[in-house]
Amino acid sequence: MSTAWIAIVLLAVGTIAIKAIGPVTLGGEALPPRLEGVVSRLAPSLLAALVVVDTFGTTERTLVIDETAAGLAAAAVALALRLPMFVVVVIAAAVTAGLRAL
Amino acid sequence: MKAGLVFVLPTLAIGMSFGVLAEPVMGATAAIVMSILVFAGAAQFASVSILAAGGGLFSAVSAGLLVNARFLPMGLAVAPALRGGKLRRAAEAQAMVDASWALANRGDGTFDRDIMLGATIPQAAAWWTGTAIGAFGGALLGDPATLGLDAIFPAFYLALLAEEMRDYGALSSALLGAAIALVLVPFAPPGIPVVAASAAALLGLRSR
Repeated sequence: MSTAWIAIVLLAVGTIAIKAIGPVTLGGEALPPRLEGVVSRLAPSLLAALVVVDTFGTTERTLVIDETAAGLAAAAVALALRLPMFVVVVIAAAVTAGLRAL
Repeated sequence: MKAGLVFVLPTLAIGMSFGVLAEPVMGATAAIVMSILVFAGAAQFASVSILAAGGGLFSAVSAGLLVNARFLPMGLAVAPALRGGKLRRAAEAQAMVDASWALANRGDGTFDRDIMLGATIPQAAAWWTGTAIGAFGGALLGDPATLGLDAIFPAFYLALLAEEMRDYGALSSALLGAAIALVLVPFAPPGIPVVAASAAALLGLRSR
């Protein structure tokens, strides 16, 4: 088996295990009350991180402000105007594509 | 399932770029098998770019797993919403992808299982189809970046984040999470910044 195939199998097994750990160990139990506050904060913490990493991060471990950042700024304006989510993402893509075409 | 439809186009486009990138490294069949078995875009990109750059098996696999480590805290959060015995829960958890997890989040710490599973179906179809198109016909395609499709994901996450901003607690965790991620991007391997940002949720410990 080539390196690539071994990598695929190991990564698949590892990913399946990571996804399953929480649901299997917790079962159907509700979370301990002490942890509820933490879990309800996971979404804002992770979402904010995904926003900045997807917008400013690059595959070369650098931070850049480019067309994607402009698209995100446009999305923020659209959100402030209470536009629907579908419109918000279309505006982000359109602004990013428009600036790249310049 | 409708909720996932907005991601069909961007997922297809990103799947195509994955296929284009992976085909010369591992061949078309392996690229498609990887999209089916690993089924996690960012991790697949991370590992294939390392293999493409001549990196070894250990670096390629560990980079992919680090990128996917965020599914551990995300899985803990979604666990009470899943159904059935251990095996079924483990299987349902495989439908967890970023966009579906975020859509299923009700914003009060609970999750809607049906939305998460349903939203993943069109995304999975788009991801596998996109990979196949990219792997077999990569040379004929343009760059999805010219359409700005890559900007759809952060914009979507921002929209969901806006809905989370119900109190100062959520705001403080979001700001801390973003700060942790930004500070780590230049120093940490891909994936770690987002995983580390989950530490910002610990601010919730003292709030109850």
